[in-house]
Amino acid sequence: MGKLLRNLLKSPMFVIGISIFIITLLIALFGPMFYHVDINARDIVAGPYAGSSGDHLLGTDHLGRDYVSLLIEGLRSSLYVGLVAGIIATTIGVLIGLFGGFRGGWIDEVLNMLTNIFIVIPQFVILVLISSAVKDGRSLTLIGLIIGLTAWSWSARAVRAQASSLRSRDHISLAKINGASTLTIVIKHVLPYLLSYVFMVFIMQVSSGILSEASISMIGLGPLDSTSLGIILNQAKDNGALSDGIWIAFLPATIIITLTVFALFLINTSMEGVFNPRLRK
Amino acid sequence: MLSDKPVVFSAKRISKDFGAGKTLKTAVKDVSFDIYDEEFISIVGGSGCGKSVLAKIMLGLYEPTRGQFLYRDHKIKNLKDHWNEVQFVFQDPFGCFNQFFTIRSQLEDALNVLKNKPSKEEVRRRVDEGLMAVNVKPSDIEGKYPFELSGGQMQRMLLARIFALRPKVLIADEATSMVDACVRANILDYLRKLKDELKMTVVFVTHDIGLANYVSDRIFIMHDGKIVNQGTPAEVLDNTTEPHTLRLLDDIPEVHKTEWIKNSHRSKK
Repeated sequence: MGKLLRNLLKSPMFVIGISIFIITLLIALFGPMFYHVDINARDIVAGPYAGSSGDHLLGTDHLGRDYVSLLIEGLRSSLYVGLVAGIIATTIGVLIGLFGGFRGGWIDEVLNMLTNIFIVIPQFVILVLISSAVKDGRSLTLIGLIIGLTAWSWSARAVRAQASSLRSRDHISLAKINGASTLTIVIKHVLPYLLSYVFMVFIMQVSSGILSEASISMIGLGPLDSTSLGIILNQAKDNGALSDGIWIAFLPATIIITLTVFALFLINTSMEGVFNPRLRK
Repeated sequence: MLSDKPVVFSAKRISKDFGAGKTLKTAVKDVSFDIYDEEFISIVGGSGCGKSVLAKIMLGLYEPTRGQFLYRDHKIKNLKDHWNEVQFVFQDPFGCFNQFFTIRSQLEDALNVLKNKPSKEEVRRRVDEGLMAVNVKPSDIEGKYPFELSGGQMQRMLLARIFALRPKVLIADEATSMVDACVRANILDYLRKLKDELKMTVVFVTHDIGLANYVSDRIFIMHDGKIVNQGTPAEVLDNTTEPHTLRLLDDIPEVHKTEWIKNSHRSKK
């Protein structure tokens, strides 16, 4: 494990990725302690879409609310949705992929067909349909849940491929003739070999969760109980920022989303290089 | 000759198919044999001749598609009971240990298969005994992981597992193919030791007819899923005209041939 971490830290991609991600995480968690302006407070003096000033570093939104506070709150919400979606999609994907891939036979065929069906159904359409169906009570957690429930399919496929290649390995046969139960075999002899993949799948699911939330919120079907980065964009779009050319209403949120996803992508790619010896230089 | 001993494995016209339709491949074709208690049998053949599949049928990992295969006069039903008595040594000693756990813990896990599960102290004692039997000091592997040992050592770990388990039947699938000549002779000696001291029946699967000749009571020569020649080493090798046996004999490097093989073989050339 220590060796793995040392190898990871040698990769500049990983160092850059993890640094950006830790910074976003720190801002999301501790930002409000250092920079606290009530996100519901409307600055009537400054007015809507006020420019950058000593009071408001990035100006105000259409209601006169401080943008920096909104962005911190939005980052928090986006990371939370990503996490919820990531955990759900990874859990379902790993369970289905592991069970099918390791068991094989008709169970695998059925689960694989189900996975393929979920892969070909456009996830975004489903997201839009479900989100617009639940009009009330569309909370942040619910959006994360919906994203997770529609995004598990390709993690299932990745895990299945790995699990089924493990199935015929000698150490599994040895565990069998050692009298180990199927559960023991899966936990002790299959999962440890898959952990790196599961972790990578999780990171990608978190980042695609963040992106999905931003897209769904941007078109006005996001959570109603909180402010996310996507909602900031949506409100800017709905309140004339686009036509009036108020770029500061869009740019920071877009940059934060891009940076977060980019950081996760770098982490994932660099991990692949370390976990897969064939990609190692 | 050994028919006064009880039959361990009895195969009556067994076949094993893989795939179906156009991709159908019959790995074992219409094979019949009996293996008696305390025999040392070698199954010899080239790659893809079906010898490993036959070994896995004996282990119960595959069921024959056709024919009747019996272990001590009954069909293999409960695999855990079967593995309590019939055990296996794998070809690749690195591939069959889990790299995330210590060797010791995996050797101890092996004793889970026993019907009367020994106590913790007993497990430790038996693993120590198993290690000693293959000339490894238990302290040498304490806390070690599979990737910290050499190929020869790992192969001995697999045999230590067998010494600790003391099964009635041992199937060794190419157990000597991944190690050098020196370790190979060692392993064969351990296999003979298992047979002589623990009264084990040993089925030794190999492509090397020279090794088979050196250790076996009887030899089965396999080719293309069939047993093409069987009998004692003398019966199989002396003055044989069977083409596949001759080819296997040709494959032995000249320096490894014992005088006896050279003589019996030359008479045919």
